[in-house]
Parts: sequence; C-alpha cells; structure tokens
Amino acid sequence: MNEALIAETISIAGHGGDEIEAYLARPLGGESFGGVVVIHHMPGYDGGTKEITRTFAAHGYAALMPNLYHRDAPGASPDDAAAAARAMGGVPDERLVGDVRGAADYLRALDGSNGKVGVIGYCSGGRQSFLAACSLPLDAAVDCYGAFVVGTPPEGMPLKVRPIVDLAPNLSCPLLGLFGEDDQYPSPDQVAELDKALIEAGKAHEFHSYEGAGHAFFSVNRPAYRVEAANDGWQKIWDFYGRYLAG
Amino acid sequence: MCTYLTEKIVVDGSGKGAAGWFSLTDATVYLDHPQHAPAEHTLNIDFLNPAQGPSARVAVELTADSARALARAIEAALQAAPPGLA
Repeated sequence: MNEALIAETISIAGHGGDEIEAYLARPLGGESFGGVVVIHHMPGYDGGTKEITRTFAAHGYAALMPNLYHRDAPGASPDDAAAAARAMGGVPDERLVGDVRGAADYLRALDGSNGKVGVIGYCSGGRQSFLAACSLPLDAAVDCYGAFVVGTPPEGMPLKVRPIVDLAPNLSCPLLGLFGEDDQYPSPDQVAELDKALIEAGKAHEFHSYEGAGHAFFSVNRPAYRVEAANDGWQKIWDFYGRYLAG
Repeated sequence: MCTYLTEKIVVDGSGKGAAGWFSLTDATVYLDHPQHAPAEHTLNIDFLNPAQGPSARVAVELTADSARALARAIEAALQAAPPGLA
C-alpha cells in the first residue's frame, strides 16, 4: 500500500433520493478496497471528521461521510449547521438510514470496491451506526460512544431520539463498541445493557471501555482527547475492519 | 452525549454575525460540548434569526464561571440604569 489517496466533496443520493453533500476519500494504490461509511458526530460535518475520513483512505479503505445536516442548513458552516440541526431535534432516524444506504450503495459501486461496506459513527453517530447496522445489510459496524442506544434522553433535552436496543436481533454484521468509562452518555451501565442484549440475541460483538476516558476521546482537537484510548481504539478498528472489510 | 437542556427565548434586538448586522428574533442557552472553547463543557448562547437561515447566528461559548459573571453583569447594568431606561 503506497498510501496515496484522493479526497473530495461530492454529491450522493441520500434518503428519498435527495442529493446531499458528502466527503469521499479513497486510496489510489490500484488494489481492491472495502468501504467505510463515516457518520459524523453531533458537532457536524467538520474538519475533524473529514480528517478521520482521510485516515481510512490512508489505511486502504474508501471512506464516505454524508453531511447529515445538509438539508437543514445547505451551504452553512459546520458549526452553524450543527446548531440548526440541534434546534430541530437532531437527524430523524429514518432519514439517517436512507442517507447511510445511499452512501453504502455509492461505495459498493466504486471501481475497485470489493463489495464490502462497514460503518463507523462517533457521539450521536455511534447510535446511528448501530441503527444503520440493524436496518441495512452491512459487513462491520463500529459504535464510538453512542448514547441512547440504551436509555431515554432526560426530560427537556432537545434531541428527539428513542432507545433502539430492541433492534439488536436485527443487527446484520459484527459490532465493535469503543467507550469511555467516565462517560455518562452512554454510561457504563448502559454499555453493559447493550452488551447483554447482543449476547442474548446471539450477535457477534466486542466492546472495549477505556479507563480515564470520557465522551469523545477520539477528538484530537478537543480537551476530551485521550491519547492512550484513542491510539488503542484506532488499533482495534484496524484489526476489526481488517477481519471483516479488507480487500 | 453532546446535547443537554436548552432554554429557548424570544429576543428583540440586533446582532453582528459573519455577514454583518441582522435582527435577532430568538436565542438559545444550553450547556454542551463547545465547538471551539478549550473546555469539555461550556455554557453556549446562540443569538439567532432562523428566518434568515442557519448562518444568521452569533455564538458564544463561556466557561460556567464566565457565564455566571456575565449574568450578574447584565443584571447589574440593568439595575444601575436610570429609571425609565431599562
């Protein structure tokens, strides 16, 4: 692998056939590749998540991140778009699934694709990664500290989401979960409850919870960044995708 | 999770955003992860005019101590105003 890649903004057909903005990074080495749909965190389609998308391409995967807030704030800066989406209660689940389906279809159709597509999501995207993997045929899913897979948002939260742990029997692929022990959303008890539900449903999964890490420990430009958890988490991701998505 | 309780109020005034001054109609106040401030959580205030789109927004992210100091300063300034002005 020579690590050459190209990254660009494109349009894809999302939920309902809507044209939405997306960020594509893919390797140029000429070898076949698996695909990864990257689901951005609640703060939006920002520079940090684009960097994550490029990192997948540098490791030999075609990665595509749909702008989940494109319809709410076309052309707005990522932080303004995130504020608008937040005020609207977040991304509707049905729309999320449609957007991930569109991104996965795009990746499978790329010249050089090996036909395998995984998903990864951070923060609110962690829940959405699980949701997508329970709703669509995928090959591997990663949930990075997604809240409200288990548990209901407290009274007064603007986020209009429901717990989706009941979807566990529909999980279409192995799931890797990466969590912080100091996180409250999801709390260690909620992570344990999801683990139990997946065991009962007979679904392949592996969870890792990091001591001394809280929410958003992968975010290199935020105080929540925890270098040891993030480095080990990336290694877990490469190992997991290597088993289920690689060329 | 990246979102917590949000107070929404109707406001009347103006704010200066990236494209210049605009009329304000709404404000939201919430404790959340910041976009920029070097803290895990901040008290965020968005001054908005949703009718003009998501970019009609003046945003601040303050530490909890700063936010409380701001609230006290606003009250003090209003209290100190001559009768009939505020």
